Amino acid sequence: MTETSRGLPERPLSPHLQVWRWHITMACSILHRASLFALYVGVLLLAGWALSLASGPDHYACYTGLLGSLIGKLLLFGITVAVFYNVGYIVRQSFWDLGKGFAPKTADMTGLAVIAFAIVAAAVTWIIAAATGAI
Amino acid sequence: MSTSNSPFRTPLSRARGLGAAHHGVSHFISERISGLALVPLFIWGAFAGIRLAGADFDTVAAWVAIPLNAVLLSLLFVALLVHLKNAIQLVIEDYVEAFAPKAALVIGNLFVCILAGAVGIVSILKIAFTGAL
Repeated sequence: MTETSRGLPERPLSPHLQVWRWHITMACSILHRASLFALYVGVLLLAGWALSLASGPDHYACYTGLLGSLIGKLLLFGITVAVFYNVGYIVRQSFWDLGKGFAPKTADMTGLAVIAFAIVAAAVTWIIAAATGAI
Repeated sequence: MSTSNSPFRTPLSRARGLGAAHHGVSHFISERISGLALVPLFIWGAFAGIRLAGADFDTVAAWVAIPLNAVLLSLLFVALLVHLKNAIQLVIEDYVEAFAPKAALVIGNLFVCILAGAVGIVSILKIAFTGAL
């Protein structure tokens, strides 16, 4: 950096992550990256599910037994939140791609809406699943 | 690169050839379009998950063997893995600076995504073509 800015004064570094106040848009962006890793785990679990199903009833029972354990259910609930968070986030990002929704107040509001949607939709999904006897 | 420290070279000439790989736009577009495809697929997947979570092997295998379900499940794998391959690669490129670990992680990410897709789709097609075991 110093080499290319020869003749110019040293440029200041951008402020470190820790000196920023948390705001919604920033939390949304970080949550989005975190949710992508949750989806990564989710797609690997889905591939394992398909493989166990193709391998016969014994393998399938063993695999769904693992997913149905308490840890498995917690993991699956986290992945459900990540799935709905991504649905909301993609819709929000598509409006950005159209050039809309960049005003700070709007971006804060849509960010909050996406987080709320993710939590509510995941909870509703699991309540319906519990009510129909799936879990 | 031995001449790059020459005082006669301008900053522009040093930057030439070190810039973008000209793949940025296609990466961006494939991320957005796979994302758009994922919205309906995710919602369908949530309904399918509710329906299949408590079902036994025969019910689930019969459900997967229905052509529409097999197609949508396969498309879910394709759209999700294209989306995740691009998204995780972006995270790696953002945070890993050294060339060798970055290349290893980007290639590893690609391999994992292709492996997951192959495993998922071949398994679904096997059930779809041979029916419930």
